[in-house]
Amino acid sequence: MKLDNLRILNAERARRRAAILLTELDSGAERVIGEGDRERGELGEALAGAMRSGKSGVVELGGRQYFLNVHVPPPRIVAIGAVHISQALAPIARTAGYDLEIIDPRTAFATQERFAGTTLHAEWPELVLRQRPLDRYTALAALTHDPKIDDAPLVAALKTGCFYVGALGSRKTHGRRRERLLAAGLGEAEINRIAAPIGLDIAAATPGEIAVAIMAQIIAAFRRRAVAAGPEAERAALP
Amino acid sequence: MSANDLPALDELATAQAWAEEGRKVAIATVVETWGSAPRPVGAHLVIDHDGHFEGSVSGGCVEGEVVAEAIEVIASGKPKMLEFGVADETAWRVGLSCGGRIRVHVTPLD
Repeated sequence: MKLDNLRILNAERARRRAAILLTELDSGAERVIGEGDRERGELGEALAGAMRSGKSGVVELGGRQYFLNVHVPPPRIVAIGAVHISQALAPIARTAGYDLEIIDPRTAFATQERFAGTTLHAEWPELVLRQRPLDRYTALAALTHDPKIDDAPLVAALKTGCFYVGALGSRKTHGRRRERLLAAGLGEAEINRIAAPIGLDIAAATPGEIAVAIMAQIIAAFRRRAVAAGPEAERAALP
Repeated sequence: MSANDLPALDELATAQAWAEEGRKVAIATVVETWGSAPRPVGAHLVIDHDGHFEGSVSGGCVEGEVVAEAIEVIASGKPKMLEFGVADETAWRVGLSCGGRIRVHVTPLD
């Protein structure tokens, strides 16, 4: 492996972007394929499929063996609101293998006592997201019901192309949210990406059940995302 | 830790750091597995010319052999494909106790 290729690969990984190291096994020839790179033909299809599934493996094309080593950033969840549902969501996310962090400027909610072992930011979301920006491998769940806290990170998540954007609230609440986001300059299509009411429809009633419904919806969005097709197709493919 | 950093125990970051220090390095990668294998396809073991290593390609069953082969790969400058499994003749010496089979590609970093 060329050191230059390793540097490129590590830089992509450090920036939380997906990349594939493509190696022709016989010759050792290799290339780093980034998220936005399109390749033609059967190899291109194999690369796009691998980028989507996140699965590494050997493919044989035209009598040649290629190894596709897929590096996908670990998915993470940013929950806005240190609320009861977030308390239930934290251990569920951990079980499913997703990093989770919680942002809530209300220090009465965001206490270590309520969220032992979970990354917690008792700050305004705008401030935290400036330090720790959202990306396409991040899911955002807005859970405070409070537009002062929820709206800004929702806008940021839609603009970034987070693989999942969900917001808690009844249809009526979401109707008002839709109007605010339109007024803030977002388009209908962008706003339609928000999962609201949040969570898969399993008639969830308790905070624990709602957390399960949210987690299931996030998993579905992550596993079905269309990374290699670019942000436009990805948006169209999401619920 | 910043979200933009690679984790502390990252084999590929280690390989880059070692190479930039001037150490001679090889990278071993699991490219195929059959049956039950302890580490998934894509897993890395990185080795330097003195036999220091980080990461894993199995649960510790074949790392010794991979390190020895990697030192040869560093010396020759030529990549090599290794296969391990209970069906191999080498199974007496180094094999996978779990009964699986793996193919490991070892390449020098240059």
